[in-house]
Amino acid sequence: MKTDNHSSFIFSATDIEPEIFLDTAGSRLAAGGRAIAYFAVPEGAAYRLVLAVAFDRESRVEVYSAPLGGPFRSLTPSFPQLHLFEREIYEQTGYTPEGHPWLKPVRFTGANDKPGVADFFSVHGSEIHEVAVGPVHAGVIEPGHFRFQCHGEKVFHLEIMLGYQHRGVEKRFIGGPGPRDLRYAETLAGDTSIGHGWAYCGAIEALCGVNVPARAQALRGIMLELERLANHTGDLGALSGDVAYLPTASFCGRLRGDFLNMSALVCGSRFGRNMLRPGGVNFDLDYALVKELKLRLETVYRDVENAVSLLWNTASVIDRFDGTGTVSKQAAEGLGLVGPAARASGVGLDTRRNFPYGPYENFTLAVSGSGDVYSRAYVRWLEIQKSADLVAAWLDSLPEGPVSAECGDLKPDCGAISLIEGWRGQICHFALTGADGKLRYYKAADPSFHNWQGLAMALRNGEISDFPLCNKSFNLSYCGHDL
Amino acid sequence: MTKQLAQYLVVLALSPLLLGVVNRVKAFFAGRRGPPLPQLYFDLYKLLHKTPVYSRTTTRVFRAGPVAALACLLTALAIAPFGGRPSFFAFDGDFILLVYLLGMARFATVIAALDTGSSFEGMGASREVQFAVFAEPAFFLALAALAKTTGAMSVSGIFGALTPAVWTTAAPVLALVTAALFLVFLAENSRVPADDPNTHLELTMIHEVMVLDHSGPELAFILYGASLKLWLLGSFIACSVLPRHSGSWLTDAGLFTAAMFAIAVVVGVVESIMARLRMSKVPYMLITALAFSALALIFQVGR
Repeated sequence: MKTDNHSSFIFSATDIEPEIFLDTAGSRLAAGGRAIAYFAVPEGAAYRLVLAVAFDRESRVEVYSAPLGGPFRSLTPSFPQLHLFEREIYEQTGYTPEGHPWLKPVRFTGANDKPGVADFFSVHGSEIHEVAVGPVHAGVIEPGHFRFQCHGEKVFHLEIMLGYQHRGVEKRFIGGPGPRDLRYAETLAGDTSIGHGWAYCGAIEALCGVNVPARAQALRGIMLELERLANHTGDLGALSGDVAYLPTASFCGRLRGDFLNMSALVCGSRFGRNMLRPGGVNFDLDYALVKELKLRLETVYRDVENAVSLLWNTASVIDRFDGTGTVSKQAAEGLGLVGPAARASGVGLDTRRNFPYGPYENFTLAVSGSGDVYSRAYVRWLEIQKSADLVAAWLDSLPEGPVSAECGDLKPDCGAISLIEGWRGQICHFALTGADGKLRYYKAADPSFHNWQGLAMALRNGEISDFPLCNKSFNLSYCGHDL
Repeated sequence: MTKQLAQYLVVLALSPLLLGVVNRVKAFFAGRRGPPLPQLYFDLYKLLHKTPVYSRTTTRVFRAGPVAALACLLTALAIAPFGGRPSFFAFDGDFILLVYLLGMARFATVIAALDTGSSFEGMGASREVQFAVFAEPAFFLALAALAKTTGAMSVSGIFGALTPAVWTTAAPVLALVTAALFLVFLAENSRVPADDPNTHLELTMIHEVMVLDHSGPELAFILYGASLKLWLLGSFIACSVLPRHSGSWLTDAGLFTAAMFAIAVVVGVVESIMARLRMSKVPYMLITALAFSALALIFQVGR
């Protein structure tokens, strides 16, 4: 069944015959679809499989569902982008996707599961060695286990095992909407507060059928782009820190803070917490604040431009970035990568262009081509330029009017898909309501969920000493994956 | 003899200050104030008062490593040049002993790293030894070229005989030797562009990853040993670019020390304006150093 981004649909209309479900799924994915959600909803004693496929070029989303009562055929061998979705279904339902090439838990939610205790790939031969890193790391970062199969300095394969941060957030949404839900959404991945917050609000608004006022949309846009500016700037600084190039590293560290402070100026939180609410936003801008923000944006952007141009003009940095950790376009499309990581490999996907929402109109895409660390860094710089332009334009012409609308009750037995381009890439929230108009099921997919496998691919046949640099060029969220 | 002993003690006392200078220069470029100049002294004092922690998998080899390495460096420093002044432990051919003492210090560090059984330390040890294959001959050939140029056979003799007149006649040889010594100096002291002394990322480290398991006084020995090595290799560069001798011990010592701190400033500047090389390109840098010193020796022999 066809639907749109940020609009509700009758859930029963997605039902198709169980026999043809997997064939339909296969044919839709083969037709150029990209799975944005694939999960199992409890239904009585059994489950219902739900698949949402996005057709990026046609700006179309299709949803299919069918009852699931036992083991089912795995589609991963033909469509690797489903590998993690199927493992998730397996973990949550206990039904085996038959033929899945590497079936093991994702988040260790079973009663007897111990995080990190599972099978790993192993290699044999002379001069072969394995390096295990984490889950406790040398820096103050999130826990995750990385296992490298190496021959000397060369990496044959990297296996990434996450799940240590699983909190069970998705379950918290069930029975809502409640006053805490937005807080949960904002902390799905703490550095993407606005992104996930907006995705949650978008799902609720679609289910209520409420129209968000134009001024609120523009304010949300400003906050989302500020979040992107802060994180991309921080990432470029961290990338140059990883290659021991000090000037950009130290400047960008400060400039990231300047962008965060702009968010704090609007809503009192550097990460934009409590800015959003279903139906609109909590804080408005007055004339003085708009002027102040414009002034700050101008100065900070100029500094970022100076700091970042040092990167592109330093031969030793370019030499280090160029050709390191390459992910081919074919691999990026096959694995369903999203966000800057996908655009760096030449995949033309940006939710702001492919599934326009809120204040985004006629958005043009920033794509770089070679899929290496250089591309992932350069795409971030292109996006910084674009975001700064967008924020400046919105500040110049903020629509007049109210900043929020009242949300009524949720429509019963409906579903809604909310796609937002967070700074890491496409965020997908999928909400389902029950007969009582309460949330019956909630599914969130952070871009990290898709992109971790991309990092593993980037290391193939690379040098193990390049791992920190590649990791930083993806900069993925652990808790966003673990939920 | 007292002067020679005094210059040895000056080196022992001042070498930790070099790193302070490097870090302050880097902080200046980054727009920060940076740690206090004598930070390493504070760190050493703190570490000496701590109780070391040992992994259960380690043996006596692990504990002996830092002590042996420091002992090698302390001995080597007695041979090191000091502004062209004679050192109290000089004899013909002492530079061969010096190279071997440095090699033994490396061996002690590497064997202690392997003793932990950690995959990180094993990787670091492998890298250290791999790069030493190029760094050691580069250093040795540079010293050989210097010995051939000046006709002296001991380290302090070489630099005592190195006068501005030698620079005027053998400038290409000395320039190549100095360049080779500087590259070896950066790589052996795990500075940018060969290594990044500030990183916390084990997978990219070379030297630092080998000492991750050491703690307490033994870590202090390692840190102090590193500062001695920085001084030791730096002193060769300082002495070759500073051939003028005044005859007065105080002036020579003062000039030499100033040159040492100037080298620390140069290191800080290099680290502030360039990124480190990717691991697979570090050998190229050291092969360049090797080529420089080999070329210098060929020039000198053919002259």
